[in-house]
Amino acid sequence: MENRELLFGNHAIALGAYEAGVTVGTGYPGTPSSEILEFLTKYPGVYTEWSVNEKVAFEVGYGAAISGARVLITMKHVGLNVAADPLFTSSYTGIKGGLVIVNADDPNMHSSQNEQDNRHYAYAAKVPMLEPSDCQEAKDFTAYGFTLSETYDTPVILRTVTRLSHSLGVVIPNENPLRNRKIEGFTRDVSKYVMIPGHARKRHIIVEERMRKLEEDVNTSPLNRMEINDTDIGFISAGIAYTYVKEAFPTASVLKLGIVHPLPEKLIADFFKQVKEVYIVEELDPFLELQIKAMGFKTEGKKYYPLTGELSPDLVQRAFIDKSGITQKEAKTGLKTEISLPPRPPSLCPGCPHRQVFKILNKHNITVTGDIGCYTLGVLPPFSSMHTCVEMGGSIGHIQGIEIAEGENYKSNAVAVIGDSTFIHSGVAGLLNAAYNKRHSLIIVLDNSTTAMTGMQPNPLSGQRINGEEALQVDYRLLAQACGLEDDNIRIVDAYKPGALEDTILSLLKTKKLSLLVVQGLCIILKKRKTRTEKKNG
Amino acid sequence: MGKIFNVLMVGVGGQGIIMASDIFALAAMHSGKDVKKSEIHGMSQRGGSVFSHIRFGEKVYSPVISKGEADVLFSLEEMETLRWIEYANTETTIICLKTRINPGMVETYPPGIDEEIKRLSKKVFFLDPQPIIEKIENKKFLNVALIGLISGFVHFSDESWEKAIREKVPRGTFEGNWQAFLTGKNLHREEFQ
Repeated sequence: MENRELLFGNHAIALGAYEAGVTVGTGYPGTPSSEILEFLTKYPGVYTEWSVNEKVAFEVGYGAAISGARVLITMKHVGLNVAADPLFTSSYTGIKGGLVIVNADDPNMHSSQNEQDNRHYAYAAKVPMLEPSDCQEAKDFTAYGFTLSETYDTPVILRTVTRLSHSLGVVIPNENPLRNRKIEGFTRDVSKYVMIPGHARKRHIIVEERMRKLEEDVNTSPLNRMEINDTDIGFISAGIAYTYVKEAFPTASVLKLGIVHPLPEKLIADFFKQVKEVYIVEELDPFLELQIKAMGFKTEGKKYYPLTGELSPDLVQRAFIDKSGITQKEAKTGLKTEISLPPRPPSLCPGCPHRQVFKILNKHNITVTGDIGCYTLGVLPPFSSMHTCVEMGGSIGHIQGIEIAEGENYKSNAVAVIGDSTFIHSGVAGLLNAAYNKRHSLIIVLDNSTTAMTGMQPNPLSGQRINGEEALQVDYRLLAQACGLEDDNIRIVDAYKPGALEDTILSLLKTKKLSLLVVQGLCIILKKRKTRTEKKNG
Repeated sequence: MGKIFNVLMVGVGGQGIIMASDIFALAAMHSGKDVKKSEIHGMSQRGGSVFSHIRFGEKVYSPVISKGEADVLFSLEEMETLRWIEYANTETTIICLKTRINPGMVETYPPGIDEEIKRLSKKVFFLDPQPIIEKIENKKFLNVALIGLISGFVHFSDESWEKAIREKVPRGTFEGNWQAFLTGKNLHREEFQ
């Protein structure tokens, strides 16, 4: 038997990048994308970094790509919002070495604040998007993405979803990975890389020509595949949803799209010619459906199943159960209990350094603008101490807005709470804004020395790089001083000294001056892990 | 398309579901099967409800099991068995470890859970972990012993199991884990045959 491996979806993506000769990987952690870069770090001859946020990750990756390296950039769906700015214009300049951006969507919001459908980004930024449906394809499509990127001189987005990123599947590795690819370095070409309006207008025309060529070529791409079986009924699907269709309707015809942008109109026309009734199955938005309807084909999709959450084989089966001529496997009935069980929501770990802060904030009935991380769990009982949470870094902006809107009525009984990694990601700019615009908010950084929620990635406040080597550890005090905060309003307190913590919070609120309070306590999971390692090493 | 065998493992964060299901999926692959496994990392690690879908056969498409389609529902916690029972049908073998873990904020464990499981299924087996723990070298190997027990419901070779366990357990613990696996396998003979 060939050399088969059982790989995690995210591992397969990293392997695909390695096999395609990637030498640079950048990203910012975010479920379900975080493990990709961690796997990539383990391969020889690849530089990887956790960048401070997705925009910077994109820019560093882009710089390497226009110097001829093949580059993988990873982020979760909401991360692409942060990196959208460079995405849209890099589409104009094109690249030099292949550039693949892995975008991990999270239908059903297993660990996210929204379930936006990022296929729209490919459409809006005019870049091709690939969508694998299993781990083997995750590897193969990633590797193919670099060829596509270089052939058409464009960034390419690979879309994965939680259900694929966090599943295990059988993968056959490529025994001859492309390594030792020559990297030419950066060559000046201002009309291509400097997007002043005069250059950008010309590049936009090139982008449209590229998309027209792609629209033609995707009709014959091996990534788009027609599986003609029963010609009475057929489905057009892609990604993980394709596997649900195959499971629910094994005898139906299927047009499986591996490239979800741009769509292969001729191939779709051919499918409609061969199959009597065609339905679209896709998670989240009717992205394929609207475009295929706009092409003039008679079809339905979202009419039969939800716009929200994940699909599943049984959900797909139920959606089309009454369609004439459909052969489906026998559906079994699941057992149903009438007992309602208490939920088992995730909670802050016993011993978590963040617990004390939320207890104190709750005790004093303080309004808390919140942020993204483990500590968002402070919203749940028994703490019930978080009152806003929208996006990374948002807490520091929110509190300024509350203060401005309430004006003279502002009672100085509100704080912004943000984790260390989130603070570095996009909180620092908020702090600077508060200082510049004369706000007097109290900003509390919950510093557990790691990006815990996504699996303990280091950041510029933990003094380590992705590969474990020592690195810069930003000095909170100097940072706050540079923003003009007074010394007395910059405090660093031990998370496990609740008395001092409570006094500090109350006294800083009374000062009515912009304040930064850093609550330090190593993540309890990381602490246990370190103790174990130390024991092992004697 | 051949029959796909579906195993749903459920429990609570920290009970070791992920490693146990990894061993299971790996053994399936080593026996020449196509296999997929699906679970969710992230929020669920913080003491939440944890599940792992394992599917194997000639060719597996979906990584998730449909409701009512589990062949084996294997649960490390009593209440969790009931939470996921919709994935089982009347023919599903349900194995439930006699373990109770209160959810955070819940003082008393809800009554009548075991009775309800018995009412819904005639093929449920409750397992007391204590006698198993007494037979194995280290209580940390309990999950591998339980894997040994459910190995009786599938037909993978001993070599596949051995290879999978060797690849997944911490270095230096293979022997103990392998003995635990065999203990579980024998228990299957006693309990189910």
